[in-house]
Amino acid sequence: MVRPGVTTGLGGPTAPEPGSPALATEAAERELGLRRVWRSVTADTMGRAGLILFAIVVLMAVLGPLIFPFDATAVNSSELLQPPSPQHWLGTDELGRDVFREFLAAAHVSLVVGLAATAISMVLGAGIGITAGYHGRWADTGLMRITDFFLVLPQLPLVIALAAFFGQNLWIIILVIGMTGWPTTARIVRSQTLSLRERQFVTRVRSLGASNLRILRVHVLPNVMPLIFANTVLVIGGAILAEATLSFLGLGDPVQVSWGTMLHFAFQSGAIGRGAWWFFIPPGVGIVMVVLAFTLTGHSIDQAMNPRLRGSR
Amino acid sequence: MTAHATAPAGPLLTLQDLVVSYRSRRGPRSRRQIRAVDGVSFSLGTGEILALVGESGCGKTSIVRAIARLEEPAGGQVLFRGASIAHVRGPALRQLRRDIQVVFQDPFESLDPRLTAFDTVAESLLVHRLGGSRAGRRDQVLAMLEQVGLHPAEAIARRYPHQLSGGQRQRLVIAGAMVLGPDLVIADEPVSMLDVSLRAGILRLMLDLRDSRGVSILFVTHDLSLAWVVADRVAVVYLGRIVEIGSMDEVIRAPLHPYTRALVSVIPVPETTTARRERILLRGEAPSASRIPGGCRFHPRCPLYRQLGEPERCRTEDPALVAVPPAGRGPAGTSKAGTHTDGASPGRIGADAAGPEHAAACHFAKESS
Amino acid sequence: MSLLEITDLRVQYTTPRGPVTAVDGASLDVDTGQVLGLAGESGCGKTTLALAIPRLLAREATIRSGSITFGGRDVLAMTDQELRSVRWGKIAVVFQGAMNSLNPVHTIGDQIAEPIRAHEPKTTAAQARERVAELLDSVGIDPGRSRSFPHELSGGMRQRVLIAMALACRPQLIVADEPVTALDVMTQAQILEVLRSLSDRLELSMILISHDLSVIAEVCDSVNVMYAGKIVETGPTSAIFAPGQVGPAHPYTARLRHAFPDIRGERTFIEAIPGHPPDLIAPPPGCRFADRCTIAVDKCRTDEPALEPVGAGHAAACHRSALVLGGAALDAAPLDIPAADGVDGQTAGGPS
Repeated sequence: MVRPGVTTGLGGPTAPEPGSPALATEAAERELGLRRVWRSVTADTMGRAGLILFAIVVLMAVLGPLIFPFDATAVNSSELLQPPSPQHWLGTDELGRDVFREFLAAAHVSLVVGLAATAISMVLGAGIGITAGYHGRWADTGLMRITDFFLVLPQLPLVIALAAFFGQNLWIIILVIGMTGWPTTARIVRSQTLSLRERQFVTRVRSLGASNLRILRVHVLPNVMPLIFANTVLVIGGAILAEATLSFLGLGDPVQVSWGTMLHFAFQSGAIGRGAWWFFIPPGVGIVMVVLAFTLTGHSIDQAMNPRLRGSR
Repeated sequence: MTAHATAPAGPLLTLQDLVVSYRSRRGPRSRRQIRAVDGVSFSLGTGEILALVGESGCGKTSIVRAIARLEEPAGGQVLFRGASIAHVRGPALRQLRRDIQVVFQDPFESLDPRLTAFDTVAESLLVHRLGGSRAGRRDQVLAMLEQVGLHPAEAIARRYPHQLSGGQRQRLVIAGAMVLGPDLVIADEPVSMLDVSLRAGILRLMLDLRDSRGVSILFVTHDLSLAWVVADRVAVVYLGRIVEIGSMDEVIRAPLHPYTRALVSVIPVPETTTARRERILLRGEAPSASRIPGGCRFHPRCPLYRQLGEPERCRTEDPALVAVPPAGRGPAGTSKAGTHTDGASPGRIGADAAGPEHAAACHFAKESS
Repeated sequence: MSLLEITDLRVQYTTPRGPVTAVDGASLDVDTGQVLGLAGESGCGKTTLALAIPRLLAREATIRSGSITFGGRDVLAMTDQELRSVRWGKIAVVFQGAMNSLNPVHTIGDQIAEPIRAHEPKTTAAQARERVAELLDSVGIDPGRSRSFPHELSGGMRQRVLIAMALACRPQLIVADEPVTALDVMTQAQILEVLRSLSDRLELSMILISHDLSVIAEVCDSVNVMYAGKIVETGPTSAIFAPGQVGPAHPYTARLRHAFPDIRGERTFIEAIPGHPPDLIAPPPGCRFADRCTIAVDKCRTDEPALEPVGAGHAAACHRSALVLGGAALDAAPLDIPAADGVDGQTAGGPS
């Protein structure tokens, strides 16, 4: 029952759906690699915003202190809490120092602390997660109980206790944030490793005679990396926020000023009561910007790497 | 042309009463031990292709895993070149992992998505530290890609699994297995996930590899017609037991066991007939291995059992795999030309000089003509 | 008038590499109670064609031209609300691989009842239960199992559940995409038997999609063979696949048929079709099957053949169909395919 080769003029074309993403065929969907992720992130509004913020933050933190170095000792008691002026673009702080330069220096500190803490938590988290997920049974049970312990460890009392013992130090902050941050990563990585372990290509390679170490190094790790990467970016944002919180509460390093510390001193010196907005607004904005930068970029990367999170068909 | 000038005496692979069981977490305690493989015996000669045919859940995958040492048997033995593979360790185990290769069902899942075709094949060499220098390995890998029909090898070598078609991926998996020069390749449903039009290529490849390199193949499938194309002998598996074994031609032309007869009748053919084909559609599906029926395990679904008025013997007595004497069988030589059978025979049943034995596990095998 | 009429349908996908016409001018008709088969390799456009009918295509796909008429109504002009009542109520789909996407936390009884309650909200729980039992029985499942969960059922049984779900709202047309792929041959035979008997008993129309010709030959009344987005042969299965009848009129169909081992004959080797389908980004001029065809001549590479009648209700898009009807497409010597990338069908080295 065929009507061969009939062309009719009936029925117009269906209008295409507006704004659908340009990914279509199977081939494009499965294209691996950074290029595709990059393209996806830059195509996405959230990703673009994140990247712009990220660029600004990096510029501030890296170039800022080089171009506009901050001298913590430039105390000037005659110019305490002065509003912005041509000499001091963001006014002065409670010790008469230039807030603009302080802001840039603090950016540097906040970022470094955040990154260092993240490094610790990612290495620990990924390492423990992979080990527990791959070896299973006793190793898994043991490691997961340790993870549970660290998961419930409260950051604040720990910092206070250590600070009381060792004095206030950025390293304490870095250590504590790192030690309390890894459990979540460990769980995510373990989950992914567990499912990878059961995949047929791992079975095949094992039946070939590959050693566990080889399987971990060549097959498991590279396949878990994307997850770890996406997770890292998000964790950095969280670490910076954690540092800001702890410093705001006065547990940070009083000499190496971070944004959180600036807020702390702003509070302490009554700058808020006196309306010295140039002192406490910039660090607040800075923190928000940084956390947004990492969170937006992180989510965008996550979406690019995990097809299931993309906008539905 | 045989690649083995002097074949070792005796069959390459022998299974003796192999039992593989799993512990399930559900159900009453008495039924927790699931015997997926319940006493399987057969042997495979050098350069021979033996097909293991059965529905899913019949235990054939467990047999594969036991032979590949991915699973430890709960009973019985697996003998490779006459020696048990059970407690092999160290260098002997490595050698074993070279000599026995497995090709799994899903070509896409069998490949690490992050490795190129080249890396996938090279990995086999690297794991066993073969191939000498980097250049040496490269040559071997490219030569192997060519041999399995992936041309041009240089271009394909750079591709990732998602850039290859289903047929190409399976060829790649085969290349990864063959580059180690194994004596035995176990192919578990190697073409089931490929389009019908692609299957012939892979099957032909396997036959060519057997002819050119003398490798033995254990071909596991649920589709008897595919087995018919490539195999010399076939063993039909049902619920963990072999219910029929014999040369391919004979089993197809004159199946002895009612289950085999049903399988033969449902072989898919691209034909429309006005008269409904004489197909034996078994009722329901194979029971799970946790509830093996008493007596002959096939009797609840057996058309012959019903036809014969439900004889008690089928309900109470478990039939053994017995050779059926060759009444009216043709002269020896029903095996496919080019087979290097060395008198391989099913299990303990004595070898017949006239060719492989035809055996079935049915009390009424002779009644079903 | 037919239940379903598709005329010259053209469906295009937007891809990063450019637009791809997955279905390029396909026409077909389905009558009430007729089972139509759509056959072809993966990627030939059969699923796209079938899913276009209830307008369930992906966002990246657009229907560029052509018409789809169901029960006299223009499907392409329907509003969302009209479509929602048509979907499942009139046209039901059994998706490919769906047996693995049953909801694991709901019983199969609940899942079958779901479309019933969605389309007929006034149905009471008792009525729904009764209907579910009826449906389970019609697909060969013991109604007592309606409280089972999907993981407690085998693949074959889950597929039956899906068929029951499709039947839930008494549709007029069922589209089944690869309903028996990934099932054992025995289960396959059983499911095909279910489909066949349902179609006979309920006067149900069906579109059955498969790459496996034996499935099509078994169940369908008529077949449309697709290749690279085009329908290359169409006709009754009793003419094309019955022994002793005219047989295929297109070389592709003929070659596909020979990809099946025939256990009744000599143990000859089954034939593969060397090469692979063209890239639809830039389809070649002329017949799209030309460079894999053993009987292609120059005309085939320049003039695209249209579907021409070759018998009663039987048509093929081939300049040399007369030759194919005579059995020629298989007699020609195997081609020497130049080294195109990844040539499937070319085999291990050895004496040629």
